[in-house]
Amino acid sequence: MSARVPPGTFAAAALIARKDLAIEFRTRSAFLAAIVFSLLAIVIFFFAWDSTAVSAVDLAPGVLWVIFTFSGLLGLHRSFGVEEADRAIDALLASPVEREAVFLGKALANFLFVLGVQALAIPAVALFYNLPLGRVLGPLVGIAVLAAIGLVSIGTLFSAMAANTRLAELLLPVLALPFFVPIILPAAQSTARLLSGRPIAEAMSWLRILIAFDIVFLVACALAFPFTLED
Amino acid sequence: MTNPATTEDRRTIDWLLTVAVIAVAATFIRAIFFTPAEARQGLAQKIFYIHAPSAFIGLYVAFGIVALAGALYLWLRDERLDRIAASSAEVGVIYMTVVLITGPMWGKPIWGTWWTWDARLTLTLFLWFVFLGYLILRGAIEDHATRARYSAVLGVLGALLVPFIHLSVYLFRTLHPMPIVLKPGHPSLPNSMLATFAMSFVSFALLFVALLRARYRLAERMDALEAEEELEPAPVPNLRAEPIR
Amino acid sequence: MSRAITPIEHRPPTPHAAEAAVARPAIEVEALTRAFGRRVAIRGLTFAVNDGECLALFGPNGAGKTTLLRILAGLLRPSSGAAHIAGVKLPGGAKARSVVGLISHQSMLYSALTARENVEFTARLYGLESPRHAAMRALERMRLEDRAESPVRSLSRGMQQRVSIARAIVHDPRVVLLDEPYTGLDETGAAALSAALESLRGSGAALVLVTHHLGEGLALATHTAIMRDGQFVTHEPRGTVELDTYRDVYREAIAR
Repeated sequence: MSARVPPGTFAAAALIARKDLAIEFRTRSAFLAAIVFSLLAIVIFFFAWDSTAVSAVDLAPGVLWVIFTFSGLLGLHRSFGVEEADRAIDALLASPVEREAVFLGKALANFLFVLGVQALAIPAVALFYNLPLGRVLGPLVGIAVLAAIGLVSIGTLFSAMAANTRLAELLLPVLALPFFVPIILPAAQSTARLLSGRPIAEAMSWLRILIAFDIVFLVACALAFPFTLED
Repeated sequence: MTNPATTEDRRTIDWLLTVAVIAVAATFIRAIFFTPAEARQGLAQKIFYIHAPSAFIGLYVAFGIVALAGALYLWLRDERLDRIAASSAEVGVIYMTVVLITGPMWGKPIWGTWWTWDARLTLTLFLWFVFLGYLILRGAIEDHATRARYSAVLGVLGALLVPFIHLSVYLFRTLHPMPIVLKPGHPSLPNSMLATFAMSFVSFALLFVALLRARYRLAERMDALEAEEELEPAPVPNLRAEPIR
Repeated sequence: MSRAITPIEHRPPTPHAAEAAVARPAIEVEALTRAFGRRVAIRGLTFAVNDGECLALFGPNGAGKTTLLRILAGLLRPSSGAAHIAGVKLPGGAKARSVVGLISHQSMLYSALTARENVEFTARLYGLESPRHAAMRALERMRLEDRAESPVRSLSRGMQQRVSIARAIVHDPRVVLLDEPYTGLDETGAAALSAALESLRGSGAALVLVTHHLGEGLALATHTAIMRDGQFVTHEPRGTVELDTYRDVYREAIAR
């Protein structure tokens, strides 16, 4: 009966994100799997590449963002997997935190997870394809952040649904990939522009689509999340 | 426990469906034999009598119903809305598949390429994927309430996706010049072609409604059957059969 | 249907009870109905549980007991009728949920985290002032203080259940909902649980205990109810009824 004030939405989200990340750090298996997958995929793409037919600058953006998408999908499933195992989600929902906070917290944890993987994958791509990252590193990180926001908004919501079905991991890519196209396309196109030495302004028209997508779907998925819970 | 109504239904012909099928067949005949071929594109252009109405109905009508019925379901929680959405998705997927097949069939002889990143064709492709995901999702959930809720969420989000696909394709095409795709729906059509077009739209729309209604009724009966089984367990068979004489 | 009834002992005023004297019963249910599609799980249920009372709820599987607890915990909403927790109408959002603790036969824990981390996380969710302190206190109550830093997955089933109970009571809930909490507990665990529940009830909490163990339920109960097909078949003060007698009552109630 101590004096208590249940945390507000964002504080609760931060709590939940911290908890998810603590669990992930404890086992690390999903993070390592996502990184190893990314590196393997980069290597395979590299060996499948005919450098006389396509230049590095033309191919690399596509490779980068395709791998981003698939490694992102890998990490998403564990988000609600830990909640389902012993029905920890019931304890979470029975607590005073709002449902939207649960979504935001998990999305935040997924966001950091994806960025963590990209922190290793992007330099790896630059290495293999000999890309002049120097000048464009800043904008590239910016694009990665924007793309990650969109990816985790959709991915967190869909993994909440997929966790409740028979097909689970198989279902997530099937549902999510059509929604990822307005993320990958702008990300790849603007990366290509940047790597060809074009000014950022040219990539802006693509990035505007990405930013609009992020705003619309972050809000829409947060609002849709309570509907994925039984009530 | 036999329901007299069902036995009767089985003997009743679905008149709407029959009329619709006849209308579609009639349209085909008229399109192939009684409508002049377009000057530049020749015979291949006639595919558009199938392609255009299927695209319109699949993309806007079918998907629109799925999204709208889904949104209403989340608000009203009436299972009939979920049934309408599911039926519309199934019939819509068929129409969209027709679009995706007839598109290349027309593109190849005219432009020498199987696929054109035409705005409408691309949008159809992505919504087709969303529809397939929708149906697979439904297949993976057993509880009706959960299934309805999840489907509704997916439907509404799919509707939100449409403008972004449009924008992406538009931007892509403006920045990457591509062959301009001519659509025979262009204003100056001779009357006979216009008439055939009108006929094809009407008959395909009729077919959609008929199929939707048939699918809805099927879903209704299946749900009723399941509900019966839930409330009354299956009767125990009488094992004291007559001895064989 | 009444047995020999002795009046419930008058309890000295307690923290929660003081509130209750002016406020409403901890749990109030009125004509509560919950349906899943066409299947009606709870029909027109009406009852109340006051501070310091423990309602032991018995009944066959599928009677609607778990559904009732989930509604009271804020996980499900009523289809019709009303339910109030501490005067707040359900689903009452954060206000109602902050005074409820839920225990089920599933541990609701994160197996990769330690016992303390699990309970501390819950303490933070409820906004407690010193979460780590509260977590350790709750673990001490369940006699698990020396396993506090062990990952939950390394604990036995019984110990996991005890951690789960510590998690549920860390915020001193006014209402404790227990869904077959004795499942998997050994003697030490069962004793610790009974002691904790007795102590909670003593400080004025209202308990609803769903269990298949008639004995354990009767030991803690101030009131008993037998639920069947979504309704209470019997609902009465515990009185002085003996276990054997109650067994017959139970059998009779579910046989009809």
